[in-house]
Amino acid sequence: MSDTTVILDATAIQRALTRIAHEIAERNEHSTEVALVGIPVGGDHLAARLAKILTSIWNHAVPVGILDTAMHRDDLDHRVAPTVHPTDIPFDVTGKTIVLVDDVLFSGRTTRAAMDALNDFGRPKKIQLAVLIDRGHRELPIKADFIGKNVPTSLDEKISLLLTEAGAAHDEVILKKK
Amino acid sequence: MSWTKKHLLDIESLTAEEITTVLDTARGFKAVGERAIKKVPALRGKTVVNLFVEPSTRTRISFELAAQRLSADIVNFSAEASSFKKGETLKDTALNLQALNADFIIIRHSASGAPHFLSRVLDAHVINAGDGAHAHPTQALLDCFTIRERKGKIAGLNVTILGDILYSRVARSDIWALTKLGAKVTLCGPSTLVPKTFERMGCRVTHDVDEAIRDADIINLLRIQHERQRKTMFPSIGEYTQLFGLNKARLAKTRPDALIMHPGPINRGVEIDSEIADSGRSVILEQVTNGLAVRMAVLFLVNGGKVPMDAAGN
Repeated sequence: MSDTTVILDATAIQRALTRIAHEIAERNEHSTEVALVGIPVGGDHLAARLAKILTSIWNHAVPVGILDTAMHRDDLDHRVAPTVHPTDIPFDVTGKTIVLVDDVLFSGRTTRAAMDALNDFGRPKKIQLAVLIDRGHRELPIKADFIGKNVPTSLDEKISLLLTEAGAAHDEVILKKK
Repeated sequence: MSWTKKHLLDIESLTAEEITTVLDTARGFKAVGERAIKKVPALRGKTVVNLFVEPSTRTRISFELAAQRLSADIVNFSAEASSFKKGETLKDTALNLQALNADFIIIRHSASGAPHFLSRVLDAHVINAGDGAHAHPTQALLDCFTIRERKGKIAGLNVTILGDILYSRVARSDIWALTKLGAKVTLCGPSTLVPKTFERMGCRVTHDVDEAIRDADIINLLRIQHERQRKTMFPSIGEYTQLFGLNKARLAKTRPDALIMHPGPINRGVEIDSEIADSGRSVILEQVTNGLAVRMAVLFLVNGGKVPMDAAGN
């Protein structure tokens, strides 16, 4: 008997993304300087969805990239080697405001690795962080700029984002007891 | 993710899934080599030793660059400049290197089984960079990577390996890897160098070169390993070139999309015409580029696996 709760359904996910997009637009006056970079798995699809909403707000295309963090993790000695996903940043990050997009913010270590990895591509003017879920338990001094939903969790719980882009039947964020 | 092995000793002991994991991982590392900053911190603070008891240029340099691009420190150790000349055994040499806190030992040795032996006596990760005529796993992995990248798949392809199979560790590792991934492998060359016993590895053996290359999607050429042949296995190099060398007339009978591969070093005018080696059909230099990415992936993967994976994916 698995203990599963749906935290966000498809409508709630889309509503959260719309709100985040408007917050990004409100925060960043120079819309042409903004680019989105999603962290796989999950953040890449969310970045693409946010870009679509921002394009309709700003009436111009918003660059989107994918940034894998596996090679920059700080726990490589303590675990099985992580899956390496393709990184694809088809624009120059130097001088841009980069909004990193991740599905779940937890320890903050992935965000640190992402900032480190991003440095290899240039020097962004600013880096901001957008997450769909903030579940707490930070291990580093990292804070999200844009949050879809705050979900207080215990360490023995796991949060998963299911998206149709990744083959799920419908969009959903679920919380499971391990 | 399915890699939990501490060493890379051969292809025979890998599953198709593990081979695919290396190829998938290497894709990410190939992209690193195409950036302005070609370095990632994944192995920062680690020490890699290139223990090359048998001469090699491309494999050694490839591993050296792979380690450097992962931010590891690397020491090169060659037989000529070593204590082997003073009578030290392989085990003692390796234990000495380990006593210097080497984390990875990359070994090339003329004796089959030398890397397996080291993996039993050392705590360090051992990577086989070629042992005798037995195995050259990273070459097979880079060959598979190149084929998959160019053809989009491996399963169902006709791969012909042409040349000195008997003395070739590349051929053995290629056969293991390609058959595990579902390719149909044909071996061809002089009967003395391509014995029928190879059929037991799940491939087809023929001595008719035109028939062997006619339906091939991939033609992988191997050089004659003079240094490993105890006696001459065929009358002359000139005759070999005439009977088995890939020239324009033979190439004209192949499929127009068949790719030409070669692990190097190539002997122009012997197993391959100079023009063919430089033509658009040849992916020989791509193999070199891909070799670096595959070796980065192998170092990255064997480095993990010390502790079971923490399920906290987020």
